[in-house]
Amino acid sequence: MTEKRIVPIVMPKWGLSMKEGKLTSWLVSPGAEIKPGDSILEIETDKIAGSFEAPDGGVLRRAVGEVDVVYPVKALIGVIADPSVPDSEIDEYVSGYVTPPAEDEGEAQADAPQFVDVDGGKLRYSMKGEGAEKVILIHGFGGDLVTWMFNIDGIAESATAYALDLPGHGQSSKKIADPSVAGLARTVVSFMESLGIEKAHLVGHSLGGAIAMEVARSAPARVKSMTLVAPAGLGPEINIDYINGFVAANSRRDLKDLLGKLFADQSLVSRQMMDEVLKYKRLDGVVPALRSLADGFAPGGKQKDILSASLNARIPTLVIWGKEDQILPVAHAANAKGAQVEILEGAGHMPHMEKASKVTALIKDQIARAS
Amino acid sequence: MARKLSMRQAINEALDQEMARDPTVFIMGEDIAGGQGGQGELDAWGGPLGVTKGLYHKHPGRVLDTPLSESAFVGAAIGAAACGMRPVAELMFLDFMGVCFDQIFNQAAKFKYMFGGKAETPVVVRAMVGAGFRAAAQHSQMLTPIFTHIPGLKVVCPSNAYDAKGLLIQSIRDNDPVIFCEHKNLYGVETEVPEESYAIPFAEANVVRDGDDATIVTYGLMVHRAMDAADALAKKGIECDVIDLRTLSPIDWDTVLDSVERTGRLVCVDEANPRCSIASDVSAKVAQDAFKSLKAGIGMVTAPHTPVPFSPALEDIYIPSAAQISEAVQRTMGK
Amino acid sequence: MAKNPFPLSKEKLLDAYRTMRTIREFEERLHTEFAKGEIPGFVHLYAGEEAAGTGIMMHLTDKDRIASTHRGHGHCIAKGVDVKSMMAEIFGKAAGACRGKGGSMHIADLSKGMMGANGILGAGAPLACGAGLAAKYRGDGGVGISFVGDGASNQGTFLESLNLAAVWNLPVIFVVENNGYAESTHRDYAVAVDSYVDRAAGFGLPGVTVDGTDFFAVYETAGEVIKRAREGGGPSLLECKMVRFYGHFEGDQQLYRGKGELEDIRANRDCIKLFASRIVEAGVVTPKELEKIDREAAQLIEEAAAFAKSAPPPAPAELLTDVYVSY
Repeated sequence: MTEKRIVPIVMPKWGLSMKEGKLTSWLVSPGAEIKPGDSILEIETDKIAGSFEAPDGGVLRRAVGEVDVVYPVKALIGVIADPSVPDSEIDEYVSGYVTPPAEDEGEAQADAPQFVDVDGGKLRYSMKGEGAEKVILIHGFGGDLVTWMFNIDGIAESATAYALDLPGHGQSSKKIADPSVAGLARTVVSFMESLGIEKAHLVGHSLGGAIAMEVARSAPARVKSMTLVAPAGLGPEINIDYINGFVAANSRRDLKDLLGKLFADQSLVSRQMMDEVLKYKRLDGVVPALRSLADGFAPGGKQKDILSASLNARIPTLVIWGKEDQILPVAHAANAKGAQVEILEGAGHMPHMEKASKVTALIKDQIARAS
Repeated sequence: MARKLSMRQAINEALDQEMARDPTVFIMGEDIAGGQGGQGELDAWGGPLGVTKGLYHKHPGRVLDTPLSESAFVGAAIGAAACGMRPVAELMFLDFMGVCFDQIFNQAAKFKYMFGGKAETPVVVRAMVGAGFRAAAQHSQMLTPIFTHIPGLKVVCPSNAYDAKGLLIQSIRDNDPVIFCEHKNLYGVETEVPEESYAIPFAEANVVRDGDDATIVTYGLMVHRAMDAADALAKKGIECDVIDLRTLSPIDWDTVLDSVERTGRLVCVDEANPRCSIASDVSAKVAQDAFKSLKAGIGMVTAPHTPVPFSPALEDIYIPSAAQISEAVQRTMGK
Repeated sequence: MAKNPFPLSKEKLLDAYRTMRTIREFEERLHTEFAKGEIPGFVHLYAGEEAAGTGIMMHLTDKDRIASTHRGHGHCIAKGVDVKSMMAEIFGKAAGACRGKGGSMHIADLSKGMMGANGILGAGAPLACGAGLAAKYRGDGGVGISFVGDGASNQGTFLESLNLAAVWNLPVIFVVENNGYAESTHRDYAVAVDSYVDRAAGFGLPGVTVDGTDFFAVYETAGEVIKRAREGGGPSLLECKMVRFYGHFEGDQQLYRGKGELEDIRANRDCIKLFASRIVEAGVVTPKELEKIDREAAQLIEEAAAFAKSAPPPAPAELLTDVYVSY
């Protein structure tokens, strides 16, 4: 009984390697009324800083976690419950809470990214969930599958979610056989063929959005729906200084201001995030790969592949955009004829990270509608 | 889960990958394979601490065991580098520079300048550094300052396996002579290391911990001592920036100065002897360029001005400790 | 014209003569200029020793590399380094072979296989091993030549290099230019063995001694040891017994020499005179042909000296350049 009325807030597991996180601040005080999806606390991991959103509604009855203390994943941070639950029961819950042990190797293994050989090289991907509907998450320029870490678990509750590293990115092959949007779209189709995915809901961010549209244009039978998050391919304008700066950046100093342009809240750019980007960018072959990609999709500083005309009603399309996007203009959303458009306040070019639960919920709705 | 390697394995992988990538790269040193000329196994040692194990059979003709003759083989590496090769010579212990220093500081370091820019000497000299191995006065020194003093040389001293691989690859690809210092007590320490090749640029310090109260600047094994100290200080409410210099020449002054301008307090930690050390060098730079930011005198934690002792009872107190670092930081806080 | 009894064509003989004359003119000009106070620092002259450097270098191409000594001008000229740029370097000028940053003791031109004169005695031997190692590794048939004087033949670097080259079977020739004096100290005081052939044998490599004032003896023996090295036969030591016409460095009064010693060697052991009389007496060349070369060599050195004197010094900004390829 009490289990249902008392909702624990535990240290989340963001990304595969996260073992612990530091509670950096509480955004609400005990006694506050909370709605699902409200940002209630800030957490910093060795990879990223981010706000944690309430998994359920109710009243914050206890703020167990102390600021600036590092907690293991699944450690109890707070308790949400209905006001009707007596304090004694809450206290009993808190004192009786045992942090589950860290995942053993076997469990971690099941979650670990895998590799598949496709036309265009070896791709890394992770797969989560068991639902009948298949979802493919395609990251943007310079990103990797980890950029979906706040979304993939939620999506996987009702579908099988695949997040891949495009060629030249993450831990996939760094050689890009064909660095055009069409070439990358063929790689995604080849990825689907290799894994026996006949049809899927495509979710693409930025360049990944243009790739999704190109898959829908060239292989419409494989696409059940599209969710385009700040997609490329809807107009010629692009912040080419960002693209060129990202390709050239070789130090934390170079990256700091640059990565800030991705977010409405620039404080989200942590040292760890910059280190991860630098570690990726230093790998042999990455800089030439990024250069060839940038020259492929934005030669001369303008986007080459404008795919808005290819959108059609047969494939339901949702466009999500952060209002404060500094990389691709939010105005491009209007070019997505026939698509549902959601403009999010307080988000920049990475709404799936900055407004993670909202975007996750929108993606889940889109999948549900199109299934 | 990302793959973990020890620093020993990471260095081996860097050498392996660079030899595979570039046919002008070869490695040489005393017993880096081992067993030459005997009745038993070849590659019997793979280096005195096994760092180069396995490379001999993987890269036939490119892993050269040398006579115990440092002047000749380090000089030969330098000569080959001036003739278009990219040799990596292992000096075993940096303490042995005494018998081949001319080749390093009068030859390799100076070719570029004294030949009017018309020579390049892309040689790497790898060597073990540091105390804590019960190896006494001639096999334990942290001689990084001596090389840092010489124009024309670059000096690298990684603190972990990830950095070791990326910095060694950069050292091999670099067109200047590089002294690559490997702390023998870090060989076994594991970190996540990508399988692919990658190069970490020189003169880019790594901020391994963020804090606003004080800046600790160090490198090599001392990064770990400094982190231990910073953890202890955090429990007392003192948050430190910990800066791992990674390369001592060139050095990343910007990261050091930016940090001190923010924290106003500096403690330099160096396993070398104190006089003319990396610690005194950093102290002098900050005193010159960021004096107005300083809220307290600069702290320095180094080995004492003595040779490295043998007895564990003495060697343990020779090496700077986390407690000493922590006390030095607290002194800058007036505590 | 008589039949040529020499191992070189008439053209090559004249080339050799021209090289030796150029070296002699170069060094004598430096001797004069130094006395006038025109040259900074100090210089070590190769005059009297020309036949050795020339006889060896005639077997080499640009892919063969030499590591020279503090007494390196002759090696440079014989290896093809531009004489004007050498003179400008010795005068400390921007147009110098090393842009005025090296001076007499550090003239180098790696494009010609000249790995540098060297201010550290014996330091070139390991470098020549490196050149031999690189040539062997590449399989390009190149050789490395290490020059030392009788003085530096006692350096650990030299002795270690003999062993390294022997155990690795490197294509390296160790040339001992034995001019009888290590600075002011006689060779017999500082070298315990009577013959460098014995020293070579002690390190397991063949050694041979030649009269270094006899161009043909040097040329023929060097040809044999270099050919063997190119063909994988390993290193050799070649001792050239020779004479030094000037002091250890310019300004050296040579008080350590015996009475009449200098006059004797100049009169009877001048390698250029000996060479000239051999080829003229054999009837292969005429005195007129040699006189023409004498005039041309003198003219070349005159031009080089004039060029060096009038050339501008390095700009102050040069102080800070060329320390690193990138830093």
